[in-house]
Amino acid sequence: MKRNTAMWIGWTAALGCAASLAVSAGAEDAKAAKEQFFPLLVYRTGPYAPNGTPWANAKQDYLKLINARDGGVNGVKLTYEECETEYIKTDRGVECYERLKDKGPTGATLFDPQSTGITFALTERAPVDKIPLLTVGYGRAEAQDGMVFQWNFPLLGTYWTGADILVQYIAKREGGPEHLKGKKFALVYLDAPYGKEPIPLLEERSRTLGFELVKIPVTSPGIEQKAVWLQVRQQRPDYVLLWGWGVMNSTALKEAQETAFPRDHLLGIWWSGAEPDVKDVGEGAKGYTALTIQYGAGVSKVQSDILKYVHDKGQGTGPREEVGTVLYNRGLIIAMLSVEAVRRAQEHFGKGKPMTGEQVRWGLENLALDQKKLDALGFGEMLKPFATSCSNHIGASYARIQTWDGTKWVAGDLYEADQKLITPMADKTAEAYAATKNIAIRTDCKS
Amino acid sequence: MLYRENGQFKTSYDADQQLLPIAQDRWFVIALAAASFVLVPLAAGDYALRALIIPFLILTIAAIGLNILVGYCGQISLGSAGFMGVGAYVAYNLTVRVPQLNFLVTLVLSGGAAAFVGMVFGLPSLRIKGLYLAVATLAAQFFLDWAFVRVPWFTADSTSGSVSTNPIVLLGWSIERPVDKYLLVLGLLCVLTLAAKNLTRSHIGRAWMATRDMDVAAEVIGVRPVVAKLSAFAVSSFYAGVAGALWGFVHLGSWEPAAFEVSMSLNLLFMIIIGGLGSMVGSYFGAAFFVILPLLLNRVPEMIGIDVSTAMKSHMEAMIFGGLIVFFLAVEPHGLARLWAIGKEKLRIWPFPH
Amino acid sequence: MSTHTSPIRWLRRAWPVVVLATLLALGLAAPLVSGAASLGFFLEVLIGGLMAGVLYALVALGFVLIYKASGVFNFAQGAMVLFAALATARLSEHMPLALAVALALALMIGFAWLVERLVLRPLVNQSAVSLLMATLGISFFLEGFGQAIWGNDIYSIDLGLPKEPMILGAKLFEGGILVSRDDLVAASVVGALVLVLGLFFQKTATGRALRAVADDHLAAQSIGIPLNRIWVIVWSVAGFVALVAGLVWGSKLGAQFSLSQVALKALPVAILGGLTSIPGAILGGLIIGVGEKFAEVFLGQALAHWFHLEGGGIENWFAYVLVLAFLLVRPEGLFGERHIDRV
Repeated sequence: MKRNTAMWIGWTAALGCAASLAVSAGAEDAKAAKEQFFPLLVYRTGPYAPNGTPWANAKQDYLKLINARDGGVNGVKLTYEECETEYIKTDRGVECYERLKDKGPTGATLFDPQSTGITFALTERAPVDKIPLLTVGYGRAEAQDGMVFQWNFPLLGTYWTGADILVQYIAKREGGPEHLKGKKFALVYLDAPYGKEPIPLLEERSRTLGFELVKIPVTSPGIEQKAVWLQVRQQRPDYVLLWGWGVMNSTALKEAQETAFPRDHLLGIWWSGAEPDVKDVGEGAKGYTALTIQYGAGVSKVQSDILKYVHDKGQGTGPREEVGTVLYNRGLIIAMLSVEAVRRAQEHFGKGKPMTGEQVRWGLENLALDQKKLDALGFGEMLKPFATSCSNHIGASYARIQTWDGTKWVAGDLYEADQKLITPMADKTAEAYAATKNIAIRTDCKS
Repeated sequence: MLYRENGQFKTSYDADQQLLPIAQDRWFVIALAAASFVLVPLAAGDYALRALIIPFLILTIAAIGLNILVGYCGQISLGSAGFMGVGAYVAYNLTVRVPQLNFLVTLVLSGGAAAFVGMVFGLPSLRIKGLYLAVATLAAQFFLDWAFVRVPWFTADSTSGSVSTNPIVLLGWSIERPVDKYLLVLGLLCVLTLAAKNLTRSHIGRAWMATRDMDVAAEVIGVRPVVAKLSAFAVSSFYAGVAGALWGFVHLGSWEPAAFEVSMSLNLLFMIIIGGLGSMVGSYFGAAFFVILPLLLNRVPEMIGIDVSTAMKSHMEAMIFGGLIVFFLAVEPHGLARLWAIGKEKLRIWPFPH
Repeated sequence: MSTHTSPIRWLRRAWPVVVLATLLALGLAAPLVSGAASLGFFLEVLIGGLMAGVLYALVALGFVLIYKASGVFNFAQGAMVLFAALATARLSEHMPLALAVALALALMIGFAWLVERLVLRPLVNQSAVSLLMATLGISFFLEGFGQAIWGNDIYSIDLGLPKEPMILGAKLFEGGILVSRDDLVAASVVGALVLVLGLFFQKTATGRALRAVADDHLAAQSIGIPLNRIWVIVWSVAGFVALVAGLVWGSKLGAQFSLSQVALKALPVAILGGLTSIPGAILGGLIIGVGEKFAEVFLGQALAHWFHLEGGGIENWFAYVLVLAFLLVRPEGLFGERHIDRV
């Protein structure tokens, strides 16, 4: 008898769940007229969560700020929904994309996958679904060529610009590019599309400048790096370039300390230079230098607005202390760029109306933020003015050097990547991609 | 009363041994098949097809394969995702290097390649049993993970390590819409289920079950362990290979080696444990359960009105999976399939209690 | 039967092990002989491998303890290490470290009690496969539960271990040989732990009861040893070992989700040593630690050189393939008991 009752209860519960699911899956979300939906692909669990969480918190906080302070974009309220991808799981990213792309009155505004791997997977789908991919400081490097990659926007930097800036920085430290000849650089990178992206540019530079490039991949998630750093010790490179993410960064710094590799010869890309990576190591990472895409440090106007309008009202997504940290600020910038693209699209297609993905794409392609606008938005100290165009989907390629002094990041010089070298490379790679995928190169570009 | 078996007398051995001897069962399955092929494409939206039904169907294929190995033959395998990966990458290479091949031929060839690899990694099962075999299959899983990342041949020399596929074209039928994909996968699943069911009822299936129950005794009465175990590995890996190729081509479209790592193997194992080891319909139940649970976890808090962060949802998913594994093992070790069988038994004699 | 087997007889029986051992020794010596590595670097990798191996053995001890006493292979050991590390790290933010460790230990004992009541008791007499799957379920549950309570960030455990390495023999070898100081401390901790466990098993009444249960459940029950209580004790001791492992690994890597992946490396160590032997776990750890590091560094370079497979990642599968090869020649591991199949 007990088993029978248990069985009936179990079956009824199962059928009830299935029914409610069918009902809810079929039901459409009540389509409110004036809402702009932002899908938020995040990772708050797994080995990459320490770096993904501040980014995700910042994106939500900024959207909440725009709603609270400005009442949305020209009256259009911003809605959002998060979806967990765990960074390395491309299939989950694709699932999240499929689930969220049609939400909201006009569909998803744009996608910021927070992952180069997922970007690769979505690059095929985005043109079909007409939703732009915003990949600030990551993604496909050749996507800066908007003539082929109409829907990809690697604003403010790609791994080629970042790698080039690192080489420039080393050249400056060594007293000029001619002193790089005969030197040895080791690239310790995460064995994922993210880590492999800079290799073509670094190999190109090693050919022209005469330094030797040793590539040492680290298998995800990168908690076992003893063998990697023993190899670094064997190779005795002059500089190590770190292209890590998540737990790999702090582990790399700890292993560098344990194998006595001088931390001031360890250089990181902008995703390897944030507080979660060095906090744990503290004094042991003193001298470690990394890039940062937002230049200017600490708390400026937008952060204080967020504290006032969001955190003080108890709506903060993450802890208050996180506001103003490196990855948090970067998430703010990404969210700001998304919102400004919507605003720009509204100027062209109709103020006060929700924008479709196509219209937002136009907005991203015609984005021009000068110093006045940046100051008004509160990002004046964090970004330099930039503008995108039809063929230029990167907008600007600056980065600042920052060094960890044991307790905080200390800002250094600003560098600009050599687009005279990078743009032809990107164009060539993009054309090869277009040929394999049968994509017609755009002819509607004026610039 | 529903299952009036009166008058259903069999007059030939064939009729007695058919898959569905009771007429009501036959009608039910035919109706189910008709509904799946005709009604579902009409009623289900694109999202439900893409995100729920197609992954469910593909995972069922893989679960059937794993069930043959673990449930019918008793060999623990934690490397099934690696074999899925073999199928996916071989299919990718075939479509890139020999594009003229019919996609069905590509599927069979990739399944065959996975079967071969499965047999090679199944050789240790002749010496090693039980838990140690699980470790040996983990060796297969990790080695294949590494091979997909390292050996450029697999990804056709892609610099990023990720591969992407063009839509399948089958005899002029371009399979792009979710409905087309659904019909393709459903058709393949029906054929493969029929094949698996018949295999398990044949002499090789009996050899598998004998090996599972008492392998030494089976050997004594003449069941050759080499044949039984290696054929189980081969068939299981064939199914995994086909499922992997479909997972990559139909569901994902583009993937990296991380799509076929050990967590997928563990998920498949969960599916067949919860669904029911040694049962075809159990593979279906397990796969359905696995696909539905995250969705439930996403929707139910909203419906009740509690706000749960995405991180907490992931954690609760893990906790519920783990808890349910233990629950099923303790309460009903034969899984959901046993509950289904009990239900059918009750229906057969309803309204009588026994 | 004579107690002395002639060397020829022994060789005929044990030739697979000898072949495997010779191959491994050759592989070990190859980098030195071929000149791919200087003696200094060779010794560095060797020492690094031995240290890493000891740390794996630390986690593997948990596997061995539970298997020895209850015949259950505890897939959840990694999750237990993670949970203990997270508990200590988070609790130590609010109280002194010693108190945090004590509280974490209490939590692990509570966990052991829960496992015995909710998992082991309902599943008594089920097959080994079922129990294995059940521990798999426990591991998923514990990982989710631990992160749900303690969070997903990297939390540091500060044991005050020295981080800067020692450089030995700088005059003899170019650059000297690097020996990691905190690995040395960890190795001595493991040694102390093995000693404590050995004393516990040999000298105390509870330890004797545990050994009796490991030998024969039914006989132990018939002389009045309470099986349920023993299982709680065993899982508590394994929890204690997991706590030590969590402290050591957590201070190295930080307490974060990926800590549970360490158990995936310790699994082959436990199996190589023979699942019922503590010295086997240590020896297995040493072998696998050295083998792994050598494969990663030297085999990787060889593969890159000859086959253009840009190195790396061999670590992940090498231990498993090594154990696989070993199991083929000796299915019960190094010091495991011979398993005899009966019909």
